[in-house]
Amino acid sequence: MVDFLSFRDDEPGQEPAVTFEAFAGQTNATAVRIEPGDDARALLPSLDRISLVEVNFPVFGDGRGYSAARILREAGYTGELRAVGDVLVDQIVAMRRCGFDSFRPDHPFDQTAVDAALARYADVYQKTVDGRAPVWAKRHPETTHG
Amino acid sequence: MYRYDQYDQSIVEARVAEFRDQTARRLSGALTEDQFKPLRLTNGLYLQLHAYMLRVAIPYGTLSGRQMRMLAHIARKYDRDYGHFTTRQNIQYNWIKLEDAPDILAELATVEMHAIQTSGNCIRNISSDQYAGVSADEVADPRPWAELLRQWSSFHPEFSYLPRKFKIAVIASPEDRAAMRLHDIGIELVQRDGVVGARVFAGGGMGRTPMVAPEIRDFVPESDLISYVEAALRVYNRYGRRDNKYKARIKILVHELGADEYRRQVEEEFAAMKQLGLDPPTAELDRIRGYFADPAYESGLPDSVDRSDPAFALWIDQNVKAHKQPGYAIVNISLKPAGGIPGDASSAQIDLVADLAERYSMDELRVTHAQNLVLPYVRKADLFAIWQALDDVGLAEANLDLISDIIACPGLDYCSLANARSITVAQKIANRFADPARQRDLGELKLKISGCINACGHHHAGHIGILGVDRKGVENYQLSLGGSGAEDASLGAITGPGFDENGIVDAVEKVTDIYVRERTAGERFLDTYRRIGMKPFKEALYG
Repeated sequence: MVDFLSFRDDEPGQEPAVTFEAFAGQTNATAVRIEPGDDARALLPSLDRISLVEVNFPVFGDGRGYSAARILREAGYTGELRAVGDVLVDQIVAMRRCGFDSFRPDHPFDQTAVDAALARYADVYQKTVDGRAPVWAKRHPETTHG
Repeated sequence: MYRYDQYDQSIVEARVAEFRDQTARRLSGALTEDQFKPLRLTNGLYLQLHAYMLRVAIPYGTLSGRQMRMLAHIARKYDRDYGHFTTRQNIQYNWIKLEDAPDILAELATVEMHAIQTSGNCIRNISSDQYAGVSADEVADPRPWAELLRQWSSFHPEFSYLPRKFKIAVIASPEDRAAMRLHDIGIELVQRDGVVGARVFAGGGMGRTPMVAPEIRDFVPESDLISYVEAALRVYNRYGRRDNKYKARIKILVHELGADEYRRQVEEEFAAMKQLGLDPPTAELDRIRGYFADPAYESGLPDSVDRSDPAFALWIDQNVKAHKQPGYAIVNISLKPAGGIPGDASSAQIDLVADLAERYSMDELRVTHAQNLVLPYVRKADLFAIWQALDDVGLAEANLDLISDIIACPGLDYCSLANARSITVAQKIANRFADPARQRDLGELKLKISGCINACGHHHAGHIGILGVDRKGVENYQLSLGGSGAEDASLGAITGPGFDENGIVDAVEKVTDIYVRERTAGERFLDTYRRIGMKPFKEALYG
C-alpha cells in the first residue's frame, strides 16, 4: 500500500505547510496548504517563493481543489502540487490532468490500482495543464496551435 | 450523424474496462457501497427502490437504427423487456443487475454508445432540438456544436465533482423545442453579420427553486466556445454553494450574485483562459459538421398525401410536422398511448421504430425531451405505410402536444426520491380525456407531472403542472398553471391547496372547462391563462 505518491524527480517538500491565512504574513514560508474555500489566485504574486502547495480535500466530492490546481499551473507554478485528504485512487487521473504531481491520501492507495488507473486512458478530449495532446490536436496536427 | 473515430472508440472502451474493474472491486467487497456510489453514479447506475437503474446517454437525442436496435436488445436481455425514454432524451432501464452492468456497457460500446456522465455531479448529456437539421427555422444545425461540447465535457478533469449536476442544451431556432432556458447553460445559435455564434444563457433550472436563465453573453464566436464555457463552469465550480444540496445548482449562484456579477466573473476568467489554447481549431468543428451534412434528398417528390383514411388524416394533422425539404416530412411517434406509461417502450416497439428509421428515415431517429420519438427524414409518400406499421404496435396515437401527451417522471413506482406516484395520475388524466375529439378541441396543452420537488417531470414548465408531495403520509398533488419551456419560457404559478389523486384529475378538468368557457378564437390554454390570469381558475377550483 502506498501512503505517499510522487511524480516528481526532486525530493518531496518536507517543510510543514502553513495555512492560507498565515501564509500572507509569513514572508519566509515556502509551503502553503489551501482549503476548498481559499482563493488560489491570491497566491499568484508569491509563486516565486513557493515550493509546495498542498490542496486539501476534506471530502472527495468537493471539487474546488481541481480548479485551484489548474489555476496555479496555468499561472506558471512549477513547484510541487500535492493533493491531500480524502483522495481516492479513482480520482488521481483527473487530478494529474489538473496539475497535481504528488498525493498524500488519508487512506493508502493500492499500487496495482494506481498503475491500472494511470494506464487506462490513452486519449483525452481536453487540453489542460498536463501537456497531453487532446484528441482534437491528434486529429488536426497541421492546424493545431499551442 | 456523428460516427466515432479510433479516439472516441478507445475512450469509450477504456471506460467499459474501468467500470468492469470498479464493479469487480465492489462485488468482491474491496469497495464499500459508500465508496462505489460516486463511481457508479458517474456511469448512470442508480440504486432505486427495487433494483439498479441504468441510464444510457443518447447524445442530443440522435440515434441510428442499429443503436436503437441495441436498446431493444438490452431491454430484452437484461431488463424486463422495456425501456423508459427520459426528459433528457436518454433511455433508462429499471431492473438491472449490478453484475450485468459492465456487459451492458460493453454491448453499448459496440454501437458507439455509453452511459458516461448520465448521473453524478458532472456535466450531463448535452440535449438539443429534436428537429435539428430538418427544421426550416434554424440558423445552423446545432448538433455539431452539441457534439463538440459532448467531447469536451466527457471526463472533464476539472468538472467531475461540481457542486451539483450540470445540464447544457443547444438550439438554433427562434422556436425553442428543447426548454433551453431551463438549463444550467442554454445555448442558442444565432447569426451576426453572416457568422454563426452562440448566445449563452446561464442559471436556468427546475427543481425546488425554478429559474429561467438570464442571458450572459449575446455572442460567443465558434473559436471561443470551449474556453468561454470552461470559464463559466470554473466560476460555478469555485463559487457554487456546497453547503446545501438544494442550493447547489448554478441557478442559485447566478441568482445570488446577480446575472451582471456572474457575467463579470466569467468574463474575467475567460480573458485569462482564452490565452491558454483550450479551443480546438476550426477544422475540428468542420470535421464534425461533415457528419451532419444533409442526406441525399430525392428531388421532385410529391407533396400531396392521400388523406382518405380519416384516422390517418388525424394522425398527420397532429403528429407530422413540416420539413425544410419539399416532399419530406417530420414524423413524431407518441410514446403516450392512452393508459400507457409516458416514455415507456417495449423491445418490440423499439425494434419496430429502428426498422422504420432504417427503411424510411435515412437510418436516423430522435428522442425528444417530451419523451416521444421522431423520424426526421420521411418521404411524404411513405407516411401511410409508416402509420400502418406504427398502428400495428400501438404507437399511432395522434396526440402530440395535446393534453394526453403528458411528461411524467417515474415517480414513486420506481424512484427512491419520489413522494408520490406520477404514472397513475398521468394514466387517470389520459383516461379522463380519452375522447380524441375533446383533446383536439382543447388544442395544444402541455401537461407535466413530477412525483417530487426535484421536478424531473418538468411540472414548472407545464401549461398545466402537477407536483406530487407527501402530506402527512398521504400523496397530495399541487396544481400549477401558466408554465412554458418554449421560447416564451415562464414558470407556472400554484393554484392553491393540493388535491388527492382523484381530486387532481377533477381539478385538471375544471381548469380546462374554464379555458373552454373563456378562450377567444385561436387561443391556446396558455394564451388564455396569460390573458385572464389565475383568478377565474381559482374560483372554479376552490370557490
